Amino acid sequence: MPKDGGIGASSKRREDVRFLTGNGNYTDDINMRGQAYVHFLRSDVAHGTLKSVDTKAAEGMPGVLRVFTGADFAEVGGLPCGWQVTDRHGEPMQEPGHPVLAQGKVRHVGDPIAAVVAESREQARDAAEAIEVDIDELPAVMDMKAALADGSTKVHDDLTSNLCYDWGFVEENKDAVDAAIKSAAHVTTLELKNNRLVPNAMEPRVAVGDYNRSTDDSTLYTTSQNPHVIRLLMGAFVLGIPEHKLRVVAPDVGGGFGSKIYHYAEEAFCTFAAKALNRPVKWTCSRSEAFISDAHGRDHVTKIELALDADNNFTAVRTETYANMGAYLSTFAPSIPTWLHGTLMAGNYKTPVIYVNVKAVFTNTVPVDAYRGAGRPEATYQLERVIDKAARELGVDPIALRRQNFVTEFPYATPVAVEYDTGDYNATMDKLLEMADMSGFEARLAESKKNGKLRGLGVNCYIEACGIAPSNLVGQLGARAGLYESATVRVNATGGITVMTGSHSHGQGHETAFPQVVADMLGIDESMIEIEHGDTDKAPMGMGTYGSRSIAVGGSAMVRATEKIIAKTKKIAAHLMEASEADIELKDGQFNVAGTDKSVAWGDVTLAAYVPHNYPLEEIEPGLEETAFYDPANFTYPAGAYACEVEVDPDTGKVTIERFAAADDFGNVINPMIVSGQVHGGLAQGIGQALLENAAYDENGQLLSASYMDYAMPRADDVPFYSVDHSCQTPCTHNPLGVKGCGEAGAIGSPPAVVNAVVDALQRAGHDVTHIDMPVSPSRVWAAMQG
Amino acid sequence: MYAFDIERPGTIADAVAALAKSDENQPLAGGQTLIPTLKQRLAAPETLVSLGGISEIQGICQDDAGRVCIGAGTTHADVAAGAGAYPALASLANNIGDPAVRNRGTIGGSLANNDPSACYPAGALGSGATIVTNAREIAADDYFQGMFETALDAGEIITEVKFPVPEAANYQKFEQPASRFALVGVFVAKFAGGVRVAVTGASEGGVFRWSEAETALSGNFSASALDGLSLPADGMINDLHGSGAYRAHLVGVMTRRAVEAA
Repeated sequence: MPKDGGIGASSKRREDVRFLTGNGNYTDDINMRGQAYVHFLRSDVAHGTLKSVDTKAAEGMPGVLRVFTGADFAEVGGLPCGWQVTDRHGEPMQEPGHPVLAQGKVRHVGDPIAAVVAESREQARDAAEAIEVDIDELPAVMDMKAALADGSTKVHDDLTSNLCYDWGFVEENKDAVDAAIKSAAHVTTLELKNNRLVPNAMEPRVAVGDYNRSTDDSTLYTTSQNPHVIRLLMGAFVLGIPEHKLRVVAPDVGGGFGSKIYHYAEEAFCTFAAKALNRPVKWTCSRSEAFISDAHGRDHVTKIELALDADNNFTAVRTETYANMGAYLSTFAPSIPTWLHGTLMAGNYKTPVIYVNVKAVFTNTVPVDAYRGAGRPEATYQLERVIDKAARELGVDPIALRRQNFVTEFPYATPVAVEYDTGDYNATMDKLLEMADMSGFEARLAESKKNGKLRGLGVNCYIEACGIAPSNLVGQLGARAGLYESATVRVNATGGITVMTGSHSHGQGHETAFPQVVADMLGIDESMIEIEHGDTDKAPMGMGTYGSRSIAVGGSAMVRATEKIIAKTKKIAAHLMEASEADIELKDGQFNVAGTDKSVAWGDVTLAAYVPHNYPLEEIEPGLEETAFYDPANFTYPAGAYACEVEVDPDTGKVTIERFAAADDFGNVINPMIVSGQVHGGLAQGIGQALLENAAYDENGQLLSASYMDYAMPRADDVPFYSVDHSCQTPCTHNPLGVKGCGEAGAIGSPPAVVNAVVDALQRAGHDVTHIDMPVSPSRVWAAMQG
Repeated sequence: MYAFDIERPGTIADAVAALAKSDENQPLAGGQTLIPTLKQRLAAPETLVSLGGISEIQGICQDDAGRVCIGAGTTHADVAAGAGAYPALASLANNIGDPAVRNRGTIGGSLANNDPSACYPAGALGSGATIVTNAREIAADDYFQGMFETALDAGEIITEVKFPVPEAANYQKFEQPASRFALVGVFVAKFAGGVRVAVTGASEGGVFRWSEAETALSGNFSASALDGLSLPADGMINDLHGSGAYRAHLVGVMTRRAVEAA
């Protein structure tokens, strides 16, 4: 029976009332009195020496308040990087400066050179066109392997090369892996590219800086997934504003997918300029600007080798990846191809030794950072593709090969430093095969053939590390931040509750799901609970929302704070009923004395906390507000199995997805409807990557797919009706809710399923095609069929 | 966009006069290309002369010769709904862009712009249509002169397009995955006097007639007549979405499908 409230209920998303009726309050909806507008003049060349920026004519244009250039930021810090990776020789990565506005050089198309602040947006733009920029063009560094060759042009002249780091993991295992591959009965090798993506959140980025001269307080309104982190990074590292003088507000945010985690130049600029001009300064990113200024995702070039023994047991995995960092290090960029990628190379399998080598490379492209899945899709894709290829080479069933190598006993310590606490990969595979109607495939294949179409089936597994992350562990790995979460539960006098969380909802449905947890613990109605987030003046601290961490970490903090509330209310109830605290039970919003018919209602206890006439004042303080910080003991490990069935038009190469099934194990589920929605969205993004999306540059560093005319986003008719299931639940063992997180799974698990299916279709039709790089577009499929 | 003035004449004569006032003046039809261009600041007209209020270039009728005559200001949605006498053309119009585009974009605007990936140029050339302007009548064969190039003189306005109705016709579009313009679109029309095959999306020279296919199909209007026929990849558009060879191949596929569906 579906529950009608609390944990496990498909409560309707309360936030959708305002989103669907146009009553949301997004950053661009915020307009301050006296607001000025900034337009950024961005580089239209990928690489060059900035010889001069003449702003004189622009300064005299109508409405112009001031024109800023890199020189104005000489005394200000650059944009910081939040993660330092140590290379395989024990040396720190090369970390270039990242000025707010370009200084000395421009390094990618879109690099901001100057900023005009004017009375209107159009005046700012007009004046920007009057700025005379003299750039000595340099060769664009585009190909990662060529960028590492001796004598290559350098993106950053003060670094020794274009290599950010050469990372080996686990370095001590390298020789053992080499030996295992040498002695293997069979080795399957696959070279592939994980295509660069543009995040394309529906709401482009916006920043409004405000300054109060009488108090010296700065406020930044911004489209962010983690306002507290922005306050820390911008305040401490860029502008030198202490936290108590800086407020960052991220109101309703229309999607992020990772791209709104990072601290961007435009945020620092608006905050800086608001103080310099004593005027609020607003920037609204255009869609065209977003393509060349939002951090991109993926962009790996990989060679993976899978070694098997004579019985088809996996004996080793070795990978070599070139990871594109772009022109600068975005906030968490160095951690993505390393700690969020290398640690997942075991997948769902008990491969005894693994070695992952990653060379992170600077190029004259937009910086690359986390994008939905962040490192884990790249790991999953290569592993699940090479397993499929191995099964074909060995002539064995790809599902059986996977099952044979599944990890089946938990906890399981992988050879890549992480320990899976729970899982049941056979259970999700069994569920998947039932959902995918495997026995009906032959009939569907025959039907496709009759219609002149090819048909293929692709199956794969995935595992991810979510609930990011234990602070002491990530500290050892180079993180310059903790990754706990905080929650404050404020119970008001009449019993209603406001929960302030450091998690940030930008589409995830926290305002609905989080109250379900608190309501369940207290036995009260969800409608009595409201979630506040996105404002550094409200929650004490927050690490934000990404890495499928909000319910696992933010939700756990909320549980801990609510437990403190329960403990305190029990003391009050015990006092009111003149009973022993140990005998007090809280059930359905009522405090009972065990074994008696004495009870007191939730609202009477909360009122007593604020009207403490009859109250144990000698023992506890009045009021009812508790804060907890929760630091997870481990990552969580959602896992699952996906199946995709495609038809391929042999005349045109066009792939259509006919069926898609996803069996996920997310541990306990708070709101099944929201979880299904998350999986649907993730699948659409994964299918988008597999079939359509491609941030393509030419050799001069011009982004060819710089608008929706050339960058293909998935649309409703590109995706099928999904079959999703999350009934296989092995609860997480180390967080109080037993939850694992579900936000990224769909985007992680789906690309290999699609490509496996397309290769299957082509092979069934007799084409000797073992791999096609994503996006598997009609022209690429057709070219592959031509041989 | 840059600042500009706008005029909304009620007649073609007034529109022509308004355009003649300055070389920097530009006509605005449905705006489906021009407005995005203005927003990108890639055009800076002094005055936009809107053709949207000119009733004499709206609507669909049939002339005495049986031709379907469509006012240049008629939207794609209105052609889709109102050109039932020429089903292949109505169907073409019904598959341009999305509903928003179809409710604003006009046939005259599309033909005047002559985007190399647009659908209407294939429909007009494949049908052997006549493009009527404020000054003259131009045969489709003379009208299309390369990517974004037409026979129109500066300040000349399309007022009407006259389509002879073929015995059988069909348009097949293979969509570019991002823009959903035609990566390759082929319009095939069978008239008593022969078959016309017009191809859009494929060539660096814009819409063109595939004469070998026309000859083959004029003798035998069946897909098998196309066996062994192919176009060279030279001169075909080669971009992110497909090579010249792919496009040349698709022309064959789409032509075959159009013949089968006609």
